[in-house]
Amino acid sequence: MPAEAIGFVLRRVGRATQRSISRLGFSARFFALVIYHSPAAFRRLGLTLREIYFSGVLSLVIMLVSGLFVGMVLGLQGYDTLNKYGAGDSLGIFVGLSLVRELGPVVSGLLFASRAGSAITAEIGLMKTTEQIAAMEMMAVDPFARVVAPRFWGGIVSMPLLAALFSVMGVFGAYVVGVRLIGVDSGTFWGNMRAAIDFWPDITNGIIKSVVFGIAVTLIAVFEGYDATPTAEGVSTATTRTVVEASLAILALDFLLTVFMFRGTGI
Amino acid sequence: MNRSTIDLWVGIFVAIGIGAIVFLALRVGNLTSLQTTPSYHLDAAFDNIGGLKIRAPVKAAGVVIGRVDRVRFDTKTYQAVVGMRIDQGYQFSKDTIASILTSGLLGEVYIGFDAGGDSEMLADGGRIAKTQSAVVLEKLIGQFMFDKAAQGNAK
Repeated sequence: MPAEAIGFVLRRVGRATQRSISRLGFSARFFALVIYHSPAAFRRLGLTLREIYFSGVLSLVIMLVSGLFVGMVLGLQGYDTLNKYGAGDSLGIFVGLSLVRELGPVVSGLLFASRAGSAITAEIGLMKTTEQIAAMEMMAVDPFARVVAPRFWGGIVSMPLLAALFSVMGVFGAYVVGVRLIGVDSGTFWGNMRAAIDFWPDITNGIIKSVVFGIAVTLIAVFEGYDATPTAEGVSTATTRTVVEASLAILALDFLLTVFMFRGTGI
Repeated sequence: MNRSTIDLWVGIFVAIGIGAIVFLALRVGNLTSLQTTPSYHLDAAFDNIGGLKIRAPVKAAGVVIGRVDRVRFDTKTYQAVVGMRIDQGYQFSKDTIASILTSGLLGEVYIGFDAGGDSEMLADGGRIAKTQSAVVLEKLIGQFMFDKAAQGNAK
């Protein structure tokens, strides 16, 4: 009896491992194909611009509003804690560094995954379900060049811009709370922030992070959409997977990137 | 939605996005580290540099005049040799004193210059002869306690 049970468990593990390895290989080949077909996304710029509009412009409101609120909360919480140590003047440094380095890219990446990533997956998945992708192949239109690559590049262009806007709104929110409501001196707020934050490496690291997150989120989104089981249930599962996988990918990549970025700075 | 409306919105989006990056660069951060103002190099040897780090500021009378760009240990003299980049606009006499200071009790560590009276100026690659090392708080406290103990024994 136990031997059978062990065999059953081992078979399940074996099957799961094989499936995940083959999916990994499939996604790597998928990534290579997307890169290979990328020139088409730039030759037909209108398609890519349309995707920037859908994933970037339409995400603006959620990014700006959440950036503002995150900044305002940071201003309140940061001042409360810093003031216990008599360092309320460092509010600008605290807010600026945490937004530019971490919260800007990560939170906007998570929002981007759920706002734009899920939409991309659902759209491509539904195109597959209604056999539009198969129809394109029949007409000798490459779905990678026509559907996948423009969405991929639209996301990569949008993400760093959205992250930068998120950070700016956050700093503005913290300014409103810290300077206007609590009464930190305006000059101290901006002056300390500027003295402590360097364009290189702080801000550039944030931009690098947001570009990497943009690549990860849109790649997962287009892959899950393309890989979806062509049923209503399959599309919904694929959309859920996109949000979960993209969020986990962002958090894991953030840790890895931070480790590499802090190497050599003496921390 | 037609093509030109989408183009317009994407254009607005990209413009304010780039505007946000510029705002971060100029208003939130400082771009000074990117500017390549002409500068010259100075060395100074210290017995102890405390918590001095690369890119720490070099100040004269509180004004930032340059940055530390290299710290190494000299195995011949057993001293730390600190290399600094000083803005070309600021010239210092040969007998300038460089000391390692801390702004406040917990603040950043920086190098302070006290100008001397020599008529000869330090040139590029020059070495500051007079230096004052970082004050190590533990040593100071230790010294203070030993002094107290010695006084107690004398009585």
